[in-house]
Amino acid sequence: MTRILAVDDSRTMRSMLQQALAGAGFEVELAEDGVDGLERLETADPDLIITDINMPRLDGFGFIDGVRKGDRVSTVPILVLTTESGDALKQRARDAGATGWIVKPFDEEKLVQIIQRLVV
Amino acid sequence: MNDLNQMFFQECDDLLEQLSSGLNDLEAGAGDEETVNSMFRAVHSMKGGAGAFGLDQLVSFAHAFENVLDDIRSQRLVVGDNVVNLLLTASDHLADLVEAASQGTELPPEQGASILSDLKHVSNAANGTSGDEQETVEEVDEADFQPTFLAIDGDLPSLDDMAAPEADAPVTIRFKASQQLFANGHDPAILFRSLETLGTLEIEADLSALTPLRDGPWSKPALSWTLTFTADDSVDEAAIREVFEFVEGLCELEITAAATGPGDLPPLPAPSDIQLPPDAMAQDTGTASAVAQPTGDAPAPDQSDAAAPATSAPPAASRPASSRTSTIRVDLDRVDRLINLVGELVIAEAMLRQSMDEMPSSANSGVDEAMSQLKTLSGAIQESVMAIRAQPVRSLFQRMSRIVRETAREAGKSARLVTVGDATEVDKTVTERLVEPLTHMIRNAIDHGLETPEARRDVGKDERGTVTLEASHRSGRVVIVIKDDGAGINREKVRQIAIDKGLIRPEDDLSDGDIDNLLFRPGFSTAGEISNLSGRGVGMDVVRNEIQSLGGRVSLQSLPGRGTSVTVSLPLTLAVLEGMVVKVADQSLIVPTLPLREMLQPGQAKVHTLCDGDNVLALNGEMVPIKDLGAALGFRSTPMCLGSQSLLLIEGESGHRYALAVDGIAEQREVVIKGLEQNYQKIPGIAAATILGDGKIALIVDTDQMIAPPGQGGWVDRAWPDATGDAHHA
Repeated sequence: MTRILAVDDSRTMRSMLQQALAGAGFEVELAEDGVDGLERLETADPDLIITDINMPRLDGFGFIDGVRKGDRVSTVPILVLTTESGDALKQRARDAGATGWIVKPFDEEKLVQIIQRLVV
Repeated sequence: MNDLNQMFFQECDDLLEQLSSGLNDLEAGAGDEETVNSMFRAVHSMKGGAGAFGLDQLVSFAHAFENVLDDIRSQRLVVGDNVVNLLLTASDHLADLVEAASQGTELPPEQGASILSDLKHVSNAANGTSGDEQETVEEVDEADFQPTFLAIDGDLPSLDDMAAPEADAPVTIRFKASQQLFANGHDPAILFRSLETLGTLEIEADLSALTPLRDGPWSKPALSWTLTFTADDSVDEAAIREVFEFVEGLCELEITAAATGPGDLPPLPAPSDIQLPPDAMAQDTGTASAVAQPTGDAPAPDQSDAAAPATSAPPAASRPASSRTSTIRVDLDRVDRLINLVGELVIAEAMLRQSMDEMPSSANSGVDEAMSQLKTLSGAIQESVMAIRAQPVRSLFQRMSRIVRETAREAGKSARLVTVGDATEVDKTVTERLVEPLTHMIRNAIDHGLETPEARRDVGKDERGTVTLEASHRSGRVVIVIKDDGAGINREKVRQIAIDKGLIRPEDDLSDGDIDNLLFRPGFSTAGEISNLSGRGVGMDVVRNEIQSLGGRVSLQSLPGRGTSVTVSLPLTLAVLEGMVVKVADQSLIVPTLPLREMLQPGQAKVHTLCDGDNVLALNGEMVPIKDLGAALGFRSTPMCLGSQSLLLIEGESGHRYALAVDGIAEQREVVIKGLEQNYQKIPGIAAATILGDGKIALIVDTDQMIAPPGQGGWVDRAWPDATGDAHHA
């Protein structure tokens, strides 16, 4: 089963992700911010990570950087959840090491499609 | 979806609180980078959630709001008073929008139009853009907001089933991945598979640049691919590019239209990073399967490139993780059920104790110890359960900062709110029911308490008045003080108004405290004209009633020229009550101890019988009516002979006093309140019920309903001290 780690500081968003992803048959683990996400990666072994950008303690960019520099799952695909879709943000996400992005508000179906585009 | 919706609005409340707390810091000049960041995140999260629920009005306002916060955090905008005021107004409006959305409605667009345009204006100014440019930018953004995704239908036929598409001329795609592509978690094989869902694909890998194993380590990717893709008309170049959307800029990608055969392709520019001669062929067999997984072997990103983001990691990251308290959300009903059960437990324990006491003492020496342990435990459980309902007053206080701003603006005064002890915890119901009285008292403090900025300047005070909200725990109760640094109560004026309204007589000699307490009399208003603000048709008497219905007391102190403070003292919980168990006509009843001032035997004081048969008690020069509890509740038709009764001196709402005659006083104890209204019906004179240790039900007396307060019904006036005893005009 494909395992997904979803990192978002918003309770609502976490629940939506949980619902959408679990509904599509993925195994979901949730984290509340970048620090929490990195802590979870000490034991979790996801096939894909979805992360918000604006988060307390450690934001999405810092989190991605931490994942990419880590030695456990450094090449796992990471999707960025963003409300903006400007080129500047995409470029920044790409530079930070993100694999792709999803623009909020997302449609469950689209979310699953994008994930399927990134995991084997 | 309903649950999510509810969760969203709950989260919005928290986020609004976070925003408000940040604003307070900014306003006090205490804000730092993280303050603005956290405000930004709050608004941003609301925008994100609102988008998910299609709350467009909320989204567009949050968007404009967030832009301004972003300008502040990236230092394009300097925070001055004007900006703070705009942010405060915007946060108020945002709260209104959330409130409206939670009711399933929207606000009329004109309501926030000026705030919205102010936000946009400030943001435009900070970015050096004119409004027009900004709009254009936004339009582009809007268009981009609807990304066009691959048109994949739910059940695509697999490639095998798929008849060869109407043989459109094939497209040749040349693709070479950069190192960053692998580092970002991409996999060419997966990209190709994606493409394959759109048509037929032939893949050929170019291994010529591959480094032989012995010449490792490999630091750069060396594979490139030539793909021959055939699909029907519906798949155009844009659709192909879509597949490569995420790797744009991370690869060399050439899409060559139909007419050009693979052979005519210009050679790919030699990648600069190939260091080894092409003859150095790897062991790889060179088939399409060599598309293979770079996975774990992918070269690590270049450290020098990556160093920059590492050092610029947000400062917040260094904050200790332990500072976060983990919480869960529990349905209030469940908590109340638990509280109820604990109440039952306490009662059961009391019943057990009572039957133990009735046994010969020799039999239960060991049981005694166990019993006292049980009592300690059940007490501790009760306390812990009550603590679940407790909430910090912070959110309540923060709501008040808006009231301060609005009232000050409407009254043409300048005021700020200072809160002290906002971590103090109070029962949730209490905080909810405090909103109205607190709002009213704050309005009073600003409208009547604070002077105009000019007047304040003239007496050497800061033009900006301060309203302080202070919460603390004091001897098992919560004390909330609302303090202003205004002019204090104008006692001459209050006295005159009271005389004009017939509340007191001109010759009455009142102490300062008595005059201040006149404010709590029904219908009293000191404002020369009834102002729209604190007026609103209610006076401090309504505040007092509301506080008293929560089992609280309210008092007022004022110093001329220095200000006024109102002190509200409340019970920690509404689930238990400290009461006096009394006997009336062989029934046990509970009289709450809160309004109880004194217990007397009639012999100790003088009882006078009035001509209509009513008894009054002469007490310190004051005449106090006596009410027989048994007769009042209908246990007997005529009052008992006073000689055999005890008197409880009660001070009720608005300070009127009376003595309650009961047959006997048993004990003082804590009782668990059991509502009557939801189980039976409202009974006049009875507030609730409880179960005593002997398993019997005892009614809790509503002391405020035993006798009508002054000005309502028969009692016109309370007797003032030194009013020479002729309180007969009742």
